[in-house]
Amino acid sequence: MKYQLEIQNITKSYGDLKANDDISLSIKPASIHALLGENGAGKSTLVKVIYGSLQADSGQMQWCGEGYSPKSPFEAREQGIAMVFQHFSLFESLTVAENIILGLDDIGLDTDFTEQIIKYSKQYGLDINPQQVVGDLSVGARQRVEIIRCLMQNPKLLIMDEPTSVLTPQEVTDLFITLRKLAEDGCAILYISHKLEEVRQLCSEATILRGGQLVQNCNPQDHNKQELAEMMIGKKLVQLARSNITTGQDIFSINNLSRKSEDMFGVDLHDISLTIKQGSIVGIAGVAGNGQDELMELLIGEVEAPADSLIFKGEDVGRLNPHQRRQLSMFFIPEERLGHGAVPDMGLHENMLLSRPQKSEMTNYGVINWQNVEKLTQQVIDDFKVQTQSSKMLAKSLSGGNLQKFMVGRELIQNPELLIVSQPTWGVDAGSENNIHQSLIALADQGSAILIISQDLDEILTLCEQVHVLSEGSLSAAVDMEDNGLEKISNLMVGSEKQ
Amino acid sequence: MIRLIPRTQPSKAMIFLSPLLALTLTAVTAFFIFAFILTDIEVSSVFYTLFVEPLIDTYYISELLVKAAPLIMIALGLSIGFRAGVWNIGAEGQYVIGGITGGAVGLYFYNVEGFWLIPLMSLAAILGGMFYAGIAAFLKTKYQVNEILVTLMLTYVAVLFLSAMLQGPMRNPSGFNFPESRPFHDSALLPIIWQGTRLNIGLIIAVILSFVTWFGIKRHLSGLQIKITGSAPRAAKFAGFDDKKTIWFALLISGGVAGLAGLFEVIGPAGQITPGLPQFYGFTAIIVAFLSRLHPIAIIFSSLLIALTYIGGENVQIYFNLPSSITNIFQGMLLFYFLACDVLIQYKIVFFKTIRQKL
Repeated sequence: MKYQLEIQNITKSYGDLKANDDISLSIKPASIHALLGENGAGKSTLVKVIYGSLQADSGQMQWCGEGYSPKSPFEAREQGIAMVFQHFSLFESLTVAENIILGLDDIGLDTDFTEQIIKYSKQYGLDINPQQVVGDLSVGARQRVEIIRCLMQNPKLLIMDEPTSVLTPQEVTDLFITLRKLAEDGCAILYISHKLEEVRQLCSEATILRGGQLVQNCNPQDHNKQELAEMMIGKKLVQLARSNITTGQDIFSINNLSRKSEDMFGVDLHDISLTIKQGSIVGIAGVAGNGQDELMELLIGEVEAPADSLIFKGEDVGRLNPHQRRQLSMFFIPEERLGHGAVPDMGLHENMLLSRPQKSEMTNYGVINWQNVEKLTQQVIDDFKVQTQSSKMLAKSLSGGNLQKFMVGRELIQNPELLIVSQPTWGVDAGSENNIHQSLIALADQGSAILIISQDLDEILTLCEQVHVLSEGSLSAAVDMEDNGLEKISNLMVGSEKQ
Repeated sequence: MIRLIPRTQPSKAMIFLSPLLALTLTAVTAFFIFAFILTDIEVSSVFYTLFVEPLIDTYYISELLVKAAPLIMIALGLSIGFRAGVWNIGAEGQYVIGGITGGAVGLYFYNVEGFWLIPLMSLAAILGGMFYAGIAAFLKTKYQVNEILVTLMLTYVAVLFLSAMLQGPMRNPSGFNFPESRPFHDSALLPIIWQGTRLNIGLIIAVILSFVTWFGIKRHLSGLQIKITGSAPRAAKFAGFDDKKTIWFALLISGGVAGLAGLFEVIGPAGQITPGLPQFYGFTAIIVAFLSRLHPIAIIFSSLLIALTYIGGENVQIYFNLPSSITNIFQGMLLFYFLACDVLIQYKIVFFKTIRQKL
């Protein structure tokens, strides 16, 4: 059988680190092939080699049975390989059609692309209006623009990098329909993901990488989710479940909180209300860009809120700054790690001081006791299994998952009575995700309240017993999870149902 | 195409060697410039006068230290602001105002003896400098007016104000109408620490301030606050640091220290307030601050280096009739080479053949 793309014994090193060590895989024509692995497993390196942005140290590739070694993405595209990146490269102020034209390698100025765009859009169910300005589009729609841009080159292989990480459940379903149709029409798809359920639904073949090495080529449908995850991370996962949910009194409430955004592209918040009890985990689901950032700023205290719109332990905290709120035992983990939750160019020990309660061994009348700070940093590193050479490593030198574990640890070590966390496992590998979820559950089990804002619906459904949905700046009431809860959440997320 | 790519592991040794490298490059370039423009003078003797003589003659050494003191003080204040991303370019103005307000107190108590006089004058100078920098802080925090423009423009206002004061209320009544103040009496002059020279206690205070600043940056939360505000403003907010307070703090500190430096010039080497008070210390201190990579202890050394270019520059002016801009050329080259070397510590140059790497 002739393969669309055959990769044999590819090795690629960065200094001492072997990012790809003797990797082989074969993609059949018109198949959907998954590339599974945690962060740092070597997925991106392998894809970059295929797409020509990197050259392998050794090994060969065959494209349609012929030798293939692209020197640049340009050559890869000429051969018929297209890629949709995780981070889109679209100009917000231009229209869909203009963006698509800009992305093409050979531009015939006289061609009318609008018709072609509409043709693809109809053929593959990629609902898009060529004349619309990209800035007004949802994330899902932007992804459709990227896909159409790739289809214009008539690819034989389409590489999709973590395509569903930003989509709503409905958008994911639509995307899968498109991808299946594309495969039927003869375009092979290399689907990069760490979401196992999706891979099991969509793909008939999977290549699993771990630590730069090939673990297995298999059919994902022959294995259950647990098995795939364990192959991916190389160890047993801890089953997550809250042992006993005992909730106490109301500890924190948001009351009719509104905010007009000063930012042109910001989202206004309308009349948000929510109550959290001691010992409970509350989740706010929703697609990015529906007011999560604006809400988080108010909750942390980076932007002032009306005093009585936020009440913690019976006290009005709306006007307090983040530091003052921490003194009352409210702690926060923002979504953005570098530049918000941590300073990239400072060591972990210095970053430790971003979040500090008044009565701590770390400072005395403003004078920093570095010995104690380092001791505490080391404790976080040990307790939360942060992989780092020392407590003085720069925050930016840590991988996303490790830095996230550090940030979670930094707050948890203070035993917060209320923890507010945005996207606790965004861009984090499955092993770290499992660790972080365990720590959050343990915190709630000992009676603390947790508010989780997340786009990852799986995460919310695993952890939270009370779920709200944030859509266009409005927060739904708690969703009744009995009787089609998932569908209700999905509808609320796209704003088609108001409760 | 050429691009700068960050190095993964900047060399530790080069961080210390790069100032020396910059100095060498400056000297080499200067050598060629002199060799090109000087036809009838020995280049080596110019170099000797510039760099060696000021370091072996006791009078020149003392003058070197006299010049270094205000540079250290002003650069310390500026470095704090620069760390926080607050660009006080007008230390010269705050220096002049400090000289005026501090000096005014001294003139008011003319012929009154007392150990309290200098501390009181210092306080007035610090407050004067703070007030002057505070204008920029107010406009920045209240109306988002760029502090670079405000501080710079206010420098010209300060210089004109100085000349108005010296033509009017501060003029020496028995000074033949020269626009100069009365000479300060002994009780208002800084104690000399090296007899027979003009070197006064200001240098000691400057060095003490360096160590205090160093402690503040290393060991105090306010140092951390400034560093975080400068490098990651959102993280500073997350930590609960108020960015407006940081702006006020940075400008008040740098203004206050510059004001004190102004007073020390007036009651130190000058001995009276003259129109010659502004000597570009405030601007030169910006170079000093960057030459020392904003490190408070390194500021002492870079101040000495810059003071050397001042003294050496004056000497070649006198002995060889060369223009005074020699000093500026040296300072400019030094900063240029230093910054260039520093960039190459952090980045490497990569040549690209193709422009189209990625969509």
